[in-house]
Amino acid sequence: MITDFFEWFGEIGIFSWRVLRAAVTPPFEFRELYRQLDEIGSKSLPLVALAGAAIGAVLAMESFESMTRFGARSLLPSALVYSVVHEIGPIITALVVSGRVGAGIGAELASMKVTEQIDAIEASAVNPYRLLAATRILACILMLPLLTLASDLCGLVMGWVALSMVEPLSFHQFYTSGFRGSDFNDLLPPTFKTAIFGLIIGTIACFQGMRTRGGAEGVGRAATSSVVLSSLFVILTDVVLVKLIIIFFP
Amino acid sequence: MAAMNYTASIPQTDDAISTQVVAVDNVFKSFGDQRVLNGVSLTVNRGETLAVLGRSGSGKSVLLRLIIGLQSPDSGAVRINGDGIAGLSLDQLGVYRKKMGFLFQHSALYDSLTLEQNVAFPLTHHNSGMPVAELSDRVRLLLSEVGMEGHLNKMPADISGGMQKRVGLARALALAPEILLLDEPTAGLDPISASEIDDLVLKLQAEHHMATIVVTHDLYSAKTIADRLILLDMGKVAVEGTFQELVESHDAFAREFLKHT
Repeated sequence: MITDFFEWFGEIGIFSWRVLRAAVTPPFEFRELYRQLDEIGSKSLPLVALAGAAIGAVLAMESFESMTRFGARSLLPSALVYSVVHEIGPIITALVVSGRVGAGIGAELASMKVTEQIDAIEASAVNPYRLLAATRILACILMLPLLTLASDLCGLVMGWVALSMVEPLSFHQFYTSGFRGSDFNDLLPPTFKTAIFGLIIGTIACFQGMRTRGGAEGVGRAATSSVVLSSLFVILTDVVLVKLIIIFFP
Repeated sequence: MAAMNYTASIPQTDDAISTQVVAVDNVFKSFGDQRVLNGVSLTVNRGETLAVLGRSGSGKSVLLRLIIGLQSPDSGAVRINGDGIAGLSLDQLGVYRKKMGFLFQHSALYDSLTLEQNVAFPLTHHNSGMPVAELSDRVRLLLSEVGMEGHLNKMPADISGGMQKRVGLARALALAPEILLLDEPTAGLDPISASEIDDLVLKLQAEHHMATIVVTHDLYSAKTIADRLILLDMGKVAVEGTFQELVESHDAFAREFLKHT
């Protein structure tokens, strides 16, 4: 068990090194990268937007009750903006992408592995680490911050809608009050930390997919482990990143 | 120490090396405790077809995977045009792989691409400057060579196993290889389809003069398409020679193998 644990880290380290080396040396697989940006970015957008909107509405409704109780209702827009932009938006986006994209990449690459399609790519003198892994990981890194912005926006808009249903509040009032005292340090570090979540999701999903063995059962295992491990590592990494952001962007 | 076989003992003159496209020299390969190849040596010359026969699990497919670099030998050497390929990076191996075409046992077509895109795959990756019309013509030519020109837009799942082998063969030929590696090209096919694949391999061999290695269980197919055969037993070359020499061999395993074929 302990040996397997360290072996996994050793193997993912070697895998990451191969992907990095393939990613920075030509020929570059731009066509596949565009395809993955669409697959990972555009096709995750509706799900991420919906999840962000739902969380924004729920947060507004829950906070309204509790902050009214403590006499801090005027702080509600600021609290909502702070919660959504700092933590809820990034982590919800990462977990939704981890579920949709992580499982997709893990299952797709695992299926290609067990049917020798990855071997066929290699036999055609094409580097599979460059074509399959580097493009997917890079697409995850690039798309996570953009998806997070979309999730934040939907969360805040739905939060405002939920608030304005219980008391009259124009969007201008909500916006002005919510972002009072905020600057780019409140928006950029939490948004761009999701690029690291993208790196984690992409790397783990590609690794679990490309190391699969054992037919249909192996494919299922790869999809499940991609989601479970990438979600777990996203949450653990978030703890470290939040601390670092507090230290470097007070 | 494994006994040296006939091929390994041939003196290597400069002329021999210049026509010798593939050389496998005293190769050992194990998976865990199981030794699959136990000191195998062979050579294949330009324009020659070598059939590799043997029981299931005798290491025939592993031998092909070692030649194309999908696996590495534990010891021994694989040489392509005289150059050893051990220890090369994926990109360095790519230089040699461009000279090889590989037909996988289960065809290994890309299931999310059409047949046309499958055959175009090596071309688009290695001839990025090729005009679209020229690329399309080349793909159609390759598919017509294997009798599949009317199925360009079908998906691999929509065609039979025999047709998949044909498309796999067209993809293997896309980069005009010097070496063609065929892993069980007739396995799982009905006798007519198998015979059609044999005819196709003979036709392609006559047209392209490649060094071809065919791994097969099918003795009839081996007799039809191969100039020379080797029979693997317990990871070693038991018999090497023409089909007639195999039939006349006194090797106990060869006689047993022929009796059950």
